[in-house]
Amino acid sequence: MAYEISEYYQKHKGESQWQDGEYTCTRTTMWTGPGCHNGCGVVYYTKNGKVEKVEGDPYNPFNLGKLCMRCLNYVEAASSPERLKWPLKRVGERGENKWERISWDEAYDLIVKEVRRIQSKYGPESIVAMEGTGRNVIWQVPYLCYAGFGSPNFTLGFLSGESCSMPRLVTEAVIQGDFSFGDYSAHFPDRYDNPTWKVPGVILIWGQNAIISNPDSSLGHWIVECMKRGSKLIVVDPMLTWLAAKADYWLQVRPGTDAALAMAMNDVIIKEDLYDHDFVEKWTVGFDEFAERVATMPAERAAEITWVPKDIIEGAARLFAKADGAATTWGVSVDMAVAGVSAAHAITGLWSITGNLDKPGGQSIIQYAYDLGMAYDYGLEILSEEVKAKRIGNELPLKQTGYGATAHSDTLLKQIENGGNPYPIKMFWFQSTNPIANMGAEAPRIYKAIKSTEFNVVVDLFMTPTAVACADLVLPCAMSSERWSNRNWWMPLAGIRKVAEYEEAKSDEQLILELGKRLNPEMFPWKDDKEWNDWIIKEQGSKAGITYDQLNDMIYSYDHFEYYRYEKGLLRRDGLPGFNTLSGKVELKIGLFESWGLDPLPWYQEPPESPYSTPELFKKYPLILTTGHRSWEFFHSEHRQLKLNREFHPDPLIKINPETAAKYGIKEGDWVWVENYRGRFKQKVKFEELHPLVVNAEHGWWFPEMEGAEPTLFGVFDSNSNNLTTMCQNGPTGYGAPYKNQLCKIYKVTEENSKILPSEQVTKLGGFNYVYK
Amino acid sequence: MSTNNERYGLLIDYDFCTGCHTCETACKVEHKLTHGQWGIKLSQDGPRKLENGRYEFTYVPIPTSLCDLCEDLVKAGKFPTCVAHCQADVMSYGLVKDLAKKMAAKPKMVLFAPK
Repeated sequence: MAYEISEYYQKHKGESQWQDGEYTCTRTTMWTGPGCHNGCGVVYYTKNGKVEKVEGDPYNPFNLGKLCMRCLNYVEAASSPERLKWPLKRVGERGENKWERISWDEAYDLIVKEVRRIQSKYGPESIVAMEGTGRNVIWQVPYLCYAGFGSPNFTLGFLSGESCSMPRLVTEAVIQGDFSFGDYSAHFPDRYDNPTWKVPGVILIWGQNAIISNPDSSLGHWIVECMKRGSKLIVVDPMLTWLAAKADYWLQVRPGTDAALAMAMNDVIIKEDLYDHDFVEKWTVGFDEFAERVATMPAERAAEITWVPKDIIEGAARLFAKADGAATTWGVSVDMAVAGVSAAHAITGLWSITGNLDKPGGQSIIQYAYDLGMAYDYGLEILSEEVKAKRIGNELPLKQTGYGATAHSDTLLKQIENGGNPYPIKMFWFQSTNPIANMGAEAPRIYKAIKSTEFNVVVDLFMTPTAVACADLVLPCAMSSERWSNRNWWMPLAGIRKVAEYEEAKSDEQLILELGKRLNPEMFPWKDDKEWNDWIIKEQGSKAGITYDQLNDMIYSYDHFEYYRYEKGLLRRDGLPGFNTLSGKVELKIGLFESWGLDPLPWYQEPPESPYSTPELFKKYPLILTTGHRSWEFFHSEHRQLKLNREFHPDPLIKINPETAAKYGIKEGDWVWVENYRGRFKQKVKFEELHPLVVNAEHGWWFPEMEGAEPTLFGVFDSNSNNLTTMCQNGPTGYGAPYKNQLCKIYKVTEENSKILPSEQVTKLGGFNYVYK
Repeated sequence: MSTNNERYGLLIDYDFCTGCHTCETACKVEHKLTHGQWGIKLSQDGPRKLENGRYEFTYVPIPTSLCDLCEDLVKAGKFPTCVAHCQADVMSYGLVKDLAKKMAAKPKMVLFAPK
């Protein structure tokens, strides 16, 4: 083990549960909610059915005993008096925040009645179920949607262009057949000590402050361990992060131009003959066409587009190509542009042409442990072809062919706005999603849409702005320590053990199961959530050969992993060598895209609004707005109730270059309005090393301490960067949207210009005064 | 008062401290410190461009007068909570004399002996 372990934990090695004085200690996995995408090992100290303390589990290879501030402050979250305690039914109008307590039976009866009514009057497809980020509801909510409601319309909380992971994952799937992640030894229980692992010579961090962000596959601090062991860094980020400051090359890219940058880096590597000839010849197709295409983006041209100097592009490309093992970690910034899929294509090209795929210290091909990967398509096969074809956005070829099970959010919004053509949307089921505070681009437009339906249910931990705005029924959800669950994404396969209870809150599994039994009992045969988990581990993950109880006792289980599987015939179903693509090779020219009439090679397109694509607009709004940078304290719109987290981070922050601030007469700590023609929001100024023309605003802000009822609505629109972003501007695949590359202007907040706040403007005065394009 | 040979301290490798606030939070939670009270506090230098074109961007957590080196946890055979949870694994706890030896082997280390 790479880390020191205290005497206390050495004494309790191998135990999943023990007694420590008046506490019961349980080793298990913390996932969500609240939380993040990772599944760190924890030890819960419980007394009388309550968690009183959380420690990191030093024997869990994933986090090796380390925890971040959100898990360390878990007790405040779980015992918060503001948590939802029992089902609440709306009394009064939507938006008034008036509720009455009802029983779970009454709640289920009401849902069943409404679902039956909507199913028979409009068809089951009129029901849309959604969740926020794909965390510990990644398979449960889709299953409820397909098996419970009978609707194909499971979707993510109005995520425009599915621009979180989906563009990257889909691109990887069509190019190399599997997902891949930077190799920080994650797949080995002995981690950095594993003899087959090698520290990456260089780590390319693209569009992500990885130590703060929580990718699905890795903990950012693994990169720090690699830095200690000698890894160099290349960081692509508009802002100087701590990682960027430690990098050999910091590429201060203009937001939304990643595709151009990645194409140019490929071009440098190919022109200077730094690519891996052997790998390219044996294991890729379309290299010549790919080379020809990236040659249209020489470093000089990319420098003009991206604002990254030519010598830095070239230097970074050379360092990447010459490294003994190059690992890449990338973030949603890659997805959040209309050219998101193309950026992902070109970045995939970087590790492919340099032969870094599936090799130690390079890009690890990841498959689910024991093939147990429950995701958005769980239960989809239950639906008839006829119903499946009604999925919103089904005309997109990637959807039709099974790359991405979700309904398309932008098309959904249009369908609501066009009065319900081809069919009306009558019910929303929101489970762990708060779209008007966080995920939905163009929040005021989403607000209108979610209010338009006949019946809405919100399942969450706390009363949220989305719930107050539109819910008819609000159901309390259990937190991570209060649920029987499992984590089957990538490695390891892990148990999540219930050690506590909170009032009448139910786990996602439990409430979906109980409701499912009432809606469609045949498809919900399991007795309870534990039995459902047991079925999943035994049936879906049969390769592991264990029961759910055994998994909980083992805490986690690592599947066998080895490198160079493409050479050994271990990646394809047919057992032949190669990659899991149609051609069996890495498709630098994407065959499937070609057959669908999409450009099979990487391309660059300016963001729809930018200094170059809309110069007139740029005169009026002379700054580029990027948003969505993560903070240590919060995960998206979560954690704002917690006093400790708010002590560290009381206000929403907009990061600005001091020069730019001076130009507008703004000091650090001033509140500023950020505005474009779609609307405005206010945040507090913090100075950072950013390009003078770029400002970086936080996302996910609402204020649980403020009045919940409209027009205040917890101040959800006051500081909301999504007042300025836009829906329905996607790339040609339907994926990718310009969340992080809008134009704006800033000016100081004064009493005079703050008489009407955005929340009142949106909820009471009909929204900002502009017409949707 | 213990003699110098028995004194314990915290060795911090500030080359790799990422400023994640874990030590501060772990301490506040363990000692139930109220708003505005800290047992260890992060300080920040930079980011600042240096003449050689590189950047100075350094965090150092500093134990305050409230730091008792997690006496109770140590008695129970554990590490101080900041050390146990430090995400970048840059903190060590031990006898000052042992830590000083480790310190001699690597630059950008700082040794605190708060009590």
